[in-house]
Amino acid sequence: MPLLILRRLAATIPVMLVVAVVVFLMLHLSNGDPAAIIAGDNATTEDIERLRASLGLDQPLAGQFVSWLWQLMHGDLGVSIFNRMSVTSMIVQRVEPTLALTLLTIVIAVLVAVPLGVLAAWRVGTLTDHAIMGLAVAAFSCPVFLIGYALVQQFSRTWRILPVQGYTPLAEGLVPFLQHLALPAISLGLIYTALLARMTRSTMLEVLGEDYIRTARAKGLGVMPVLLRHGLRNAAVPVVTTIGLGIALLLGGVVVAESVFAIPGIGRLTVEALQQRDYPVIQGVILVSSLAYVMVNLLIDLAYLLLDPRIRY
Amino acid sequence: MQDKPNGLMPSRRSMLTATGAAGLLMLSSGSGRTQRAVDRKTLKAVVHADLKILDPVWTTAYITQRHAYLVYDTLYAMNSKFEPKPQMVEGHTLSPDGLTYVFTLRSGLKFHDGQPVRATDCVASVKRWAARDPMGQLLFGFTDRLEPVDDRSFRLVLKEPFGLVLDAFGKASSPPYILPERLAKTPPTEQVTDPTGSGPFVFKKDEWRPGNRAVYARNLDYVPRAEPPDYLSGGKVPKLERVEWIYIPDNNTVLSALMAGEIDYFESPPLDFIGMLKDTPDVTVLNIDTLGAQGLIRPNTLYPPFDKYEGRQALLHTIDQAEYMGAVVGNSDLYLPFCGAYFLCHSANDTAVGSEPLRKPDYAKARQMLAAAGYKEGQKMVVLQATDRPQYSAATTVLASGLRKAGVNVDLQAADWSTITARRARRDPPDRGGWNLFITTHGGPDVSTPVSNVWFNSKCERANPGWACDPELEKLNAAWAREPDRTKRRAIIEDIQRRAYDSVPYVPFGQFFQPIAFRSNVKGVLVAGQPVYWNIEKT
Repeated sequence: MPLLILRRLAATIPVMLVVAVVVFLMLHLSNGDPAAIIAGDNATTEDIERLRASLGLDQPLAGQFVSWLWQLMHGDLGVSIFNRMSVTSMIVQRVEPTLALTLLTIVIAVLVAVPLGVLAAWRVGTLTDHAIMGLAVAAFSCPVFLIGYALVQQFSRTWRILPVQGYTPLAEGLVPFLQHLALPAISLGLIYTALLARMTRSTMLEVLGEDYIRTARAKGLGVMPVLLRHGLRNAAVPVVTTIGLGIALLLGGVVVAESVFAIPGIGRLTVEALQQRDYPVIQGVILVSSLAYVMVNLLIDLAYLLLDPRIRY
Repeated sequence: MQDKPNGLMPSRRSMLTATGAAGLLMLSSGSGRTQRAVDRKTLKAVVHADLKILDPVWTTAYITQRHAYLVYDTLYAMNSKFEPKPQMVEGHTLSPDGLTYVFTLRSGLKFHDGQPVRATDCVASVKRWAARDPMGQLLFGFTDRLEPVDDRSFRLVLKEPFGLVLDAFGKASSPPYILPERLAKTPPTEQVTDPTGSGPFVFKKDEWRPGNRAVYARNLDYVPRAEPPDYLSGGKVPKLERVEWIYIPDNNTVLSALMAGEIDYFESPPLDFIGMLKDTPDVTVLNIDTLGAQGLIRPNTLYPPFDKYEGRQALLHTIDQAEYMGAVVGNSDLYLPFCGAYFLCHSANDTAVGSEPLRKPDYAKARQMLAAAGYKEGQKMVVLQATDRPQYSAATTVLASGLRKAGVNVDLQAADWSTITARRARRDPPDRGGWNLFITTHGGPDVSTPVSNVWFNSKCERANPGWACDPELEKLNAAWAREPDRTKRRAIIEDIQRRAYDSVPYVPFGQFFQPIAFRSNVKGVLVAGQPVYWNIEKT
């Protein structure tokens, strides 16, 4: 396994290099000009030209790329064109809220979806199954912002028991931390719950039709051991894949939930940087997100090894 | 397989219910009403944009200007009659030939780092500002030298009389803010990131989270003027211990947060929220900007048909201001039915001279004038539409409709505002990445004079995108700026506007107002043309 990890880590280097080149080219070849945005609406053309020169944006693209790559090789993601803060520190500031929201969302989704999926598979074709799958379709079809606004209306404006917006770091206390994350995590969690419940159900249905399940039941095993020990364990690989992909996608930025609940996370950082054409920030965020994606995929692969000894790489 | 509840189910349900109730109780404790009662010395304000840049010379972005009014002080400031009044200065003397001003600072002024404010700080700050600001550049065109006399006085020597010295020092938008000399010596092309000023609030840089929050604490050493506050002038008394700017991109969320009492102040509510906010208990809606903003259509004077006067004048005949305002604003309490003044109605330079073509659309005449200017039937006219700015987008739709009625083949090219700001700076022909028309808006104090209104600037290559070019108009503007007598300036304004309706640097399509909304326990909000945070307290 250590060799596998090393091999996979080494493979991330060319992947990250390709990401770096593509991101740099796509950004710099797209329309938009940070100098015009910084200078403001009242700036003259001369002001904008002067600013562009002072930011080095008038340099040839190849020169800008080499200089950025040189910085990257030294572990420096550069500084924001706008506020001159280091991109690394900006990402670090935004990682905690996104990570917290992601983990809470996944925990909610796993705790609710896996039992529901198993239950639906076990009671396939019954009212229970139809009800669970109906709810899953409804939840999956609802946009996050709609669920968010509905929750805010009820919990924050009518009952006034949870805050509308904002984020409190865990360091300032568990209760305010959970208070601020409850509604966004539920809003996002509903969709992932639906997705995961459907995935669990379909995989469990396949597994429950296998001979070894029939054998286990014929041997007189109870429902729970059959479902959990023989069923769920064998259905775990696709379920874990879905969970892992969910984590990776959420880490990449949950823009809508972060915007609706004013959570200063990676998603909002990315969108704001894109709107402003803050090239170093966009490049930094995409690189870090890609790295996170690669790492999560590696962890999923490792989880396969633990869950299914037949799998070999 | 069993499909019936076992004996454990009731106790599990009880446990789940109890756990859920405990969780909800835990989560709800300390939130809602309880939380609101915590702090009467902190104002939580949701601002219109994220504060990204701290240097008000480096950018003209309004959010940075508002930040600057919190942390910096100014030499002069405008009162509600748009007269410059002393702010940091005690007063000034003027030599009989009108060429030498000597300004004396008030005593006791200190920067946030404890250092006294000296004349050298003022001289360096004014010079840095003048290198970038159009009005500063104009002033320095008339200036022989600016120099300190002693620690509290500095001298401005002019080459010839200039009527707007105090107006320039006290202009409402982008005035010369006073920084310590060590910072003011930074080249104007480099951003100052140290926010040390001498204003009524101190920026807490350690608590700054771009994209989320900016925090200001009361400046305990600030010495306000004794006069009552009046617009941006008078005593700037910081009554709050802390002002927290919060950036929330979603307006629905801000609305909910204001109604739930989580925030105190909503700087820029969408205009279609105003009716609802007025009906909300515990929320006050106030128009703090008596001048409002102007919507404008900018033609590109480099290419036909807008390279000719007739082409630009034709645009005037396609405009129905009420239709524009209905689309952009909606609520008729928040706009003027018609305003033909280039420098805004109700401003010191309000006049209707020359605005007759703008009063009523005449599409047949517009069509005729466009043809005379060289517009050929079926020729594409590129109109840029900013899709992420709802007001601009709505106005652009009305513009396209008016142009089509005048027989124009409109090529609406939609993009986000960032793309448009870059695109509009391009001088290429419209069919090769350039453009013919775009729409923007401009805040009141900036628009209200011919020298501060950057879209009125008709200096050809040196003008803003669109490159309005009219040496005659520029001569009139210079004469207005040179004239020290306000009454005589008034007569020149009429000549300027008459000329402007001939050369049409842009077409004003309406004047509207952006109120703010705040919790009713917030008192002392000033009508200052823009949000300012001195004099405010919470009860």
